[in-house]
Amino acid sequence: LRKNVEDFTGPRERSDLGFVTFDITADILNGKKCIFDWNVKQLFVYLSVEYSTKNNALNQVVLWDKVILRGDNPRLYLKDMKSKYLFFDDGNGLKGNKNITFTLSWNVVPNAGILPLVTGSGHVSVPFPDTYETTKSY
Amino acid sequence: MPLWSAAGDPPGWQRDEPAPPRARKRKRGRKRKRGRKRRGTRAAAMPWLDFLDDVRRMNKRQLYYQVLNFGMIVSSALMIWKGLMVVTGSESPIVVVLSGSMEPAFHRGDLLFLTNRIEDPIRVGEIVVFRIEGREIPIVHRVLKIHEKQNGDIKFLTKGDNNAVDDRGLYKRGQHWLEKKDVVGRARGFVPYIGIVTILMNDYPKFKYAVLFLLGLFVLVHRE
Repeated sequence: LRKNVEDFTGPRERSDLGFVTFDITADILNGKKCIFDWNVKQLFVYLSVEYSTKNNALNQVVLWDKVILRGDNPRLYLKDMKSKYLFFDDGNGLKGNKNITFTLSWNVVPNAGILPLVTGSGHVSVPFPDTYETTKSY
Repeated sequence: MPLWSAAGDPPGWQRDEPAPPRARKRKRGRKRKRGRKRRGTRAAAMPWLDFLDDVRRMNKRQLYYQVLNFGMIVSSALMIWKGLMVVTGSESPIVVVLSGSMEPAFHRGDLLFLTNRIEDPIRVGEIVVFRIEGREIPIVHRVLKIHEKQNGDIKFLTKGDNNAVDDRGLYKRGQHWLEKKDVVGRARGFVPYIGIVTILMNDYPKFKYAVLFLLGLFVLVHRE
């Protein structure tokens, strides 16, 4: 399971808004075997960022998600993806934040039974720049 | 020999002795046959009277016993429900999905099992069931964003998988975030379809009364 993320950011006034583009290369397995066994209906895969700010000790934001149905290929090979949801901070904590960690996780939805939440191995930490972008080149 | 001896008296029989058994036996046989025939005709005409006869024949003590039995079943069910509430920490450990906003994962009528333990913090990606202040209906959606302070105060935003936008439009006017107190629980497991019965009972109240009436009748009349 690997994840490559490169970002291009431009926080804004009032509340910091981050812009991120990313690549994902991932192969979702259950140990050594295929994750889609007889009791798996679908996978809900999401990319989330986690970081700390002065205002809040812990922040987590989902940037992008996807549903993989049984029968679809559990491999992801995505390039130059833009985040699906606006990456707003609660305040101005993104500017100059040294450590924004990106993780890929998924929710295994069974036909019936327990709903586990699994986090992928491999995560990427990126710093956000110190300045705001005034022109939007997004 | 007395002057008034009856003509049908067997020879040698004195009036003050009890009558010989011969006559009694004949009478008993005749009565039984008569009784059987009578019951047969009555049952064929009105079969449900048999059932009411059964109930009437149960004396008062048996009736009280049946009522107590029924009470015990209801109390046990209530105890199991309260026990579940304690173990899971949620005020409603089992909920039915009412809308299609989490498709294709959950459909209307699916049953969800929730826990609400304080030691488990709310994290993104989890499926939470929450109530908006002032509204009774619980909503099942996924956590999109969380902002948690050092002391554990947390505010979070949710969105249904099948919805295009997040839930801010659903919250109370002026409310931008949800808090821990709005959460009923987190979905840990589910079974499909079974909750349809609850939805049917809500939409068609006559169905609910019919089911309850039949259940009550069955328990009261069941002999064991």
